[in-house]
Amino acid sequence: MGEMFIKLQELLADSGFSQLFADGGWKNLVMIVVACVLLYLAIKKQYEPLLLLPIAFGMLLVNLPFTGVMKEAVGDQNGGLLYYLYLGVKKGIYPSLIFLGIGAMTDFGPLLARPSSLLLGAAAQLGIYCAFTLARLIGFDVQSAASIGIIGGADGPTAILLTSILKPELLPAIAIAAYSYMALIPIIQPPLMRMMTSKKERAVVMQQSRQVSKTEKIIFPIVCSILVILLLPSTAPLIGMLMLGNLFRESGVVERLSETAQNNLINIVTIFLGITVGATAAADNFLRIETLAIIALGLIAFAFSTIGGLLFGKLMCWITKGKINPLIGSAGVSAVPMAARVSQKEGQRANPTNYLLMHAMGPNVAGVIGSAVAAGFLLAMFG
Amino acid sequence: MDISLKFSPETLPESLLLGLLGMTVVMLALVLLMAAIKGQSWLVSKLTAGKHSAVPVAQPVAAAPAPVAVAAAVDTAVDLHDVDDKTAAMIMAIVADETDIPLEELRFTSIKRA
Repeated sequence: MGEMFIKLQELLADSGFSQLFADGGWKNLVMIVVACVLLYLAIKKQYEPLLLLPIAFGMLLVNLPFTGVMKEAVGDQNGGLLYYLYLGVKKGIYPSLIFLGIGAMTDFGPLLARPSSLLLGAAAQLGIYCAFTLARLIGFDVQSAASIGIIGGADGPTAILLTSILKPELLPAIAIAAYSYMALIPIIQPPLMRMMTSKKERAVVMQQSRQVSKTEKIIFPIVCSILVILLLPSTAPLIGMLMLGNLFRESGVVERLSETAQNNLINIVTIFLGITVGATAAADNFLRIETLAIIALGLIAFAFSTIGGLLFGKLMCWITKGKINPLIGSAGVSAVPMAARVSQKEGQRANPTNYLLMHAMGPNVAGVIGSAVAAGFLLAMFG
Repeated sequence: MDISLKFSPETLPESLLLGLLGMTVVMLALVLLMAAIKGQSWLVSKLTAGKHSAVPVAQPVAAAPAPVAVAAAVDTAVDLHDVDDKTAAMIMAIVADETDIPLEELRFTSIKRA
């Protein structure tokens, strides 16, 4: 009987429950609660559920004591399951594969029809450098500041790739901030859009863009790869994969590859990426004052990117004597197609006959290229 | 994480300069791309214009959604509030045309006058 009691005591001591109530166990408890809140937001509120759900579950798993899911492999000893899956993040494989899928899903037609959209996509990267400057000002080192700044690109895979190279310790905070703010775009952007533009500007009805030929759509990914990668070779993993995926789609000769890239492949990679990024959010690494600073700076980055796009939109509106609706500028922050939908909604609010969606898709996809270029620049500087 | 946060105003000039340089690089890359797109559009239009003048063939035009099909869809599936069938059919056809999505793949639940 006594022996059984001792065994039972040992079993309890070896269980995760004992660790939760031991010294420092409260941190794990807090992280479990955070993970559950994120799961709630993903399932109930549907905030970017495709990524937030696996991220939150990874966070939950890694903060349950003694699981060893992220344990490093040492000598002959095997590592944890998520440790091996995490290698795809660490080596920058998953974000690039996700870009392949995004390329296969993206129609660059609106951008080709109105090439000036690219300027809006560039202007909407302003937040990256504003957040970088602020992060440096409050004491973050250059690698951390660059990783924080890229949240302003509103592009999850780009943020993950850059951070995993420059400052892997910040990955969970940055990934969670980036995806949370992307989900909150319909809340973050409209007040800024109304603040920066007049009702008259918001009501501008844009003329229908020209039709883009199939040939142009096929040539574009090839030309874009050559030009951008020649200018900034460090953008090759992102731009190269994005354009390869798009060539799959537009060439029309590799239907199966295109289908795989935009469905099965991107889904599988999203699962691995999400759960492993979440699994880096161990309590000791996440529960720090720096995390709060990153989340605040991320919001500032998003706001300034939106403002940058809107300001350039206003400039284009003025130059074209009112032919461009400045609201499409805010769609330059990537976040495809959410940001374009917000432009459409705000435009229609000011003028019910307004139909801005297709016009906003141009800056929106230009923003994807713009944020990849910005990440390439930061990698070239600090990588 | 080996980060200690403290106000560091001495980083400001360097960071601002780097930000300016970064924005310039992004702008330059996308301006280059814009020029390339314009060049490619011009080239393609020249080449296809040449082809068209040599062989005057009627261009296939995307078929507009059949009014009957639209009307049928309006009758069966869409809740109309202060909108007549004809206007609803026109709206649905315009949306299908603007979005390049075939009408049969679009699902309208209701159309109401704003």
